[in-house]
Amino acid sequence: MHLALFIIFAGLCVAGALNLLLQRHPINSALSLIVVMSSLAVLYLLLGAEFLAAAQVIVYSGAIMVLFTFVIMLLNAGKEERTHGSKLAYIAGFPGAAALLGLLTYIFLSHSAAFGHARLGEYLATTGDLSRVLFRDLLLPFEVTSVLILIAILGAVALARREH
Amino acid sequence: MVPIAYYLVLSAVLFSIGVAAFLIKRNIITVFMSIELMLNAVNLAFIAFSRQWSQTTGHLQVNGQIFVFFVMVVAAAEAAVGLAIIIAVFRARNTLNVDQIDLMKL
Repeated sequence: MHLALFIIFAGLCVAGALNLLLQRHPINSALSLIVVMSSLAVLYLLLGAEFLAAAQVIVYSGAIMVLFTFVIMLLNAGKEERTHGSKLAYIAGFPGAAALLGLLTYIFLSHSAAFGHARLGEYLATTGDLSRVLFRDLLLPFEVTSVLILIAILGAVALARREH
Repeated sequence: MVPIAYYLVLSAVLFSIGVAAFLIKRNIITVFMSIELMLNAVNLAFIAFSRQWSQTTGHLQVNGQIFVFFVMVVAAAEAAVGLAIIIAVFRARNTLNVDQIDLMKL
């Protein structure tokens, strides 16, 4: 059951990410990124992170991607033209990314036994468990991030405002 | 029962696709979206390691999930500011192609 769900949603994740890479129109890329983020929410739920699964749907595939699609429509972004960027990106970037993927995959799979197996329904982190740590031990960082959000909103308004 | 290593491999795959999209894409909004994809891949790795740490110690550990919470908050702030910068750049240069926004190039 767990393995079947994992394969379905991991496949959706990878397919959505590849679609983001291959589509030429930004709105198609944005919609496939929503697929990736929603499938990741299911994977978080399988790992027992129920609050983060809800937050992933609300914050990422809700708020952030609505912002992205809104900006794409506001700027009326069309298909991207095929211009060739820096040669260095093609020469060093892709082998680098492939080497990173190969190295990480090799390390994770060769130490697979040490990581153990995830069973469905064990170690559920409820909202209560999370908020106990957040509001007891990490209250100051939490409040600092709220100030960060406030400054970011003010900065966004100041940046996007039309000059007079 | 799924090995936690599979979740970590999935996270590595998503991160590498994000890196490739960051390099190959020419539209500034899509480049920004690939950064979001990389952030999501790292979040998945954090949650998988949090689960592994819980299983190693024998009781629930939420430190990794707290990290993901803060990454989400910062990503929301970053998306708001980044998209505002994209709008400002579009107003100034009337293009979204990263090859034409090269004023700071040597």
